[in-house]
Amino acid sequence: MNAQLTGAARLEARFSALATQNRAAFVAYIMGGDPDLKTAQELLDGLPATGADIIELGLPFTDPMADGPAIQAAALRALGAGVRTKNVLAMAAKFRQKDTQTPVIVMGYYNPVHHMGCEAFTDACVAAGVDGAIMVDLPPEEDAPLRTAFDAAGLALIRLATPTTDDQRLPTVITGTSGFVYYVSVAGITGAAVPDADPVARAVSRIRAASGLPVAVGFGVRTTQKAAQIARVADGVVVGSAIVDAMASGGVKEALALARTLGRAVHTARQEVSQ
Amino acid sequence: MTVKTDDVQWPDARGRFGDFGGRFVAETLMPLILELESAWDEARNDPEFAKQMDGFLRDYVGRPSAVYHAERLSAEFGGAKIWFKRDELNHTGSHKINNCLGQVLLAKRMGKTRIIAETGAGQHGVATATMAARFGLPCVVFMGATDIERQQPNVFRMKLLGAEVIPVTSGTGTLKDAMNEALRDWVTHVDETFYVIGTVAGPHPYPHMVREFQSVIGREARAQILQREGRLPDACVACIGGGSNAMGLFHAFVPDKGVRLIGVEAAGLGIETGKHAASLKGGAPGVLHGNRTYLLQDDDGQIIDAHSISAGLDYPGIGPEHAHLHDVGRAEYVSATDKEALEMFQLCTKLEGIIPALEPAHALARVADLAKELGPKGLILMNMCGRGDKDVFAVAKHLGVKI
Repeated sequence: MNAQLTGAARLEARFSALATQNRAAFVAYIMGGDPDLKTAQELLDGLPATGADIIELGLPFTDPMADGPAIQAAALRALGAGVRTKNVLAMAAKFRQKDTQTPVIVMGYYNPVHHMGCEAFTDACVAAGVDGAIMVDLPPEEDAPLRTAFDAAGLALIRLATPTTDDQRLPTVITGTSGFVYYVSVAGITGAAVPDADPVARAVSRIRAASGLPVAVGFGVRTTQKAAQIARVADGVVVGSAIVDAMASGGVKEALALARTLGRAVHTARQEVSQ
Repeated sequence: MTVKTDDVQWPDARGRFGDFGGRFVAETLMPLILELESAWDEARNDPEFAKQMDGFLRDYVGRPSAVYHAERLSAEFGGAKIWFKRDELNHTGSHKINNCLGQVLLAKRMGKTRIIAETGAGQHGVATATMAARFGLPCVVFMGATDIERQQPNVFRMKLLGAEVIPVTSGTGTLKDAMNEALRDWVTHVDETFYVIGTVAGPHPYPHMVREFQSVIGREARAQILQREGRLPDACVACIGGGSNAMGLFHAFVPDKGVRLIGVEAAGLGIETGKHAASLKGGAPGVLHGNRTYLLQDDDGQIIDAHSISAGLDYPGIGPEHAHLHDVGRAEYVSATDKEALEMFQLCTKLEGIIPALEPAHALARVADLAKELGPKGLILMNMCGRGDKDVFAVAKHLGVKI
């Protein structure tokens, strides 16, 4: 793989390499700075060796309206330790010094970005080697200021599609998006209800066909079985709350152990089917 | 930024009031918000809906509410003539019912079968539970654990009305956290649920919809004061948390350039202490709970907890139309402290025999100054937006009285 690739191109390269190997991407989510910067850095740096193909780094926010208890608590722990947006971007920069291949995207809420300014945030992402962002509360109708800056910098602004995104709404969601589409598998908050594989499979094909982009699936994927099921039908599987919970209860060691199990499940899912 | 100070045509098609408002919600909610917008557009242009509203406003809410010349307070403050718009006389004791009636009728019209709401002081929760009871709909109210503690009478009222009151312990356990939890519930129960937002905030069309339902206050008051005094007031004054009673009073007066519009935010222990709820005086523009507006936030855009003795004003944001009226200079925004509100609570009760809610007691503190400033020829119209029965226990505690 070309070490020079950055931004949306780094994501695309990762997805196409995985497609060639006929396996889904294991996308691991952790909360930046949870429970403190040093520990979170250790977790982040350890993720690629567990099989994480893409890393989602949460930006802590006081009012995470779309998140369940696990990620809310993680955000408050990080904020309580004095972690702010710039510190999480610094974590990504440190990671990037050691790893130029694994795409890193940040996921968070719009107010801290709005407060920093869309262009300053974009510059900071580029400087940190961050490849893209997911802004949970920034729908396509409102994301022009950030999208313009991201497009100019070659970063991916990843949009969310959900079970409520019908055929009428889907074109709005996918127009102007890049990198991949994040499919929210259940109508709800992170880490709550468990998605059924069949409707997810149908949604993924529909979104993939309409967007021409890889589709990663998240929200409610907590077990290796579920991760493997999703890996058979989607281009990527996102696990967040389960890893965050493991970190809270057993520290870096337990979180990395869980990531390793999940990574293996995602990577071997399609082989098991073909055997 | 487009400056359209002359008209009252805001919001635009994107739900913007100048630079404020909009629709900042998770994608799961976007189709629902768009569905709500089209149902609302249909309803507000339907004479049948208006007829239904008018009937309930008259026979159930008890409108029009009176205007009352507060003679003894006018004399006490030694200046302008003070009139109260008596929205505390509405059924359930505050202006909140005007909006809940409208939204629950809309929910019925949309075929929704479950009502949810957030509440701070509990007035919006009570009003929502009341309308849900009246229309036979199950109702869930999210309320911060801290607020449940200081608004016990309202919690019991909601339960009597058949609502389920869910204590919210995340964050500081106040109004903003209750709103987060209501949004989490809505995103999880998208098909059957109607979220009744209690103030002129949230994603479009809520700020517009709530303003329209509350603007009956100003429409009535404008006609009433013209009839009684033969002229418009020099100033309209109202307290502001999210700002629904103020927007309701102000809206009809926005084109009347000679009428000053004055919103009174909660200064808590004093704006200089950082323990307050004055988003315009002590905040900066940002995005929270679906809209761009002024917010209490730190230098990283993290939301700072509000503080006010009044649970109804204890919110770190403000409706986007107020942010707009502030920036274009059409309305003035000032503040009053916890201590001032407590004083006015007692003074109004003693002199007028009206126990005001702690929320409008904040407005009264600035009415006192304004009365002196305007002098005997002045005329002030203040929205007495809620009654203080719900506050008597909390006030007793603050005054060190055991009851």
